[in-house]
Amino acid sequence: MVHVAGAMLLVGALVVVVATTAGALRGGDGSEALAGLAFRTLLVGVLPAYILMRVGAEWIASEEGVPGDVDWIGIGYAVADGGLLLTIIAAVLAWRAARRGAAGPGGLGRGVLVLAAVLLVAYGVAIWAMAAKPGY
Amino acid sequence: MSTYEWLLFLHLLAAFLLVSGLVSYSVLVLSSGGEAVSRALGSPALALWNAGGLGTLVFGVWLALDVDGYELWDGWIIAALVLWLIGSGAAGRLGAAVREGQSVGRIEGARRMVGVMALATLLLLVVMIFKPGA
Repeated sequence: MVHVAGAMLLVGALVVVVATTAGALRGGDGSEALAGLAFRTLLVGVLPAYILMRVGAEWIASEEGVPGDVDWIGIGYAVADGGLLLTIIAAVLAWRAARRGAAGPGGLGRGVLVLAAVLLVAYGVAIWAMAAKPGY
Repeated sequence: MSTYEWLLFLHLLAAFLLVSGLVSYSVLVLSSGGEAVSRALGSPALALWNAGGLGTLVFGVWLALDVDGYELWDGWIIAALVLWLIGSGAAGRLGAAVREGQSVGRIEGARRMVGVMALATLLLLVVMIFKPGA
């Protein structure tokens, strides 16, 4: 329950990051507010949800004694561990993009958008692995 | 992949879309970003909530028909359908506001509607995972 809820909130928060960053990159009124919202969403939405998802995963694995060497668990761990690194990089870029103020997020914002989109695709693969359980 | 695995994947994916729509609506209602946030998040919130809602229903019912041992009249499945209806009903006015280009945050009772959607979705998740009575 904790794992699934955390994963769903994580994906939802990433969708908000993608939408607000794309909006900020389009420019115009409110671009600054959108860049700031994207950064805050990464900080208070994506990262706490990631922790919830990851703690929940360890909890299930220890309760149910799931072997760590099956393919679908490996995919889950790889996506989660790589995802944390990309999330931290995206948060740093988003912070710097938000500090550019009226100048707009520029290349930093495009970096955040690409990283958030890559994370969404990776979590899509993880959802597939959890449902299909390849190698089980 | 078997039919069951495909249906489970698509059902799960739809549930993720549904929650993404809910999170987007929550940010729309709770943030102070004004028109810019409405423009950026309104359409994605509507599209994700609707696609997720339709997907969870269609693939959920399909799964119930496909899996031996599950029936559409099982208590936990009926409870899930009722919760789905409650969530969809609460989202109706928010969706209409987005389609008309209004700011969702300015609708009277918008926070209450998102609260009902969140509670219904959380209970749906509990019912789906624990399957009480199954």
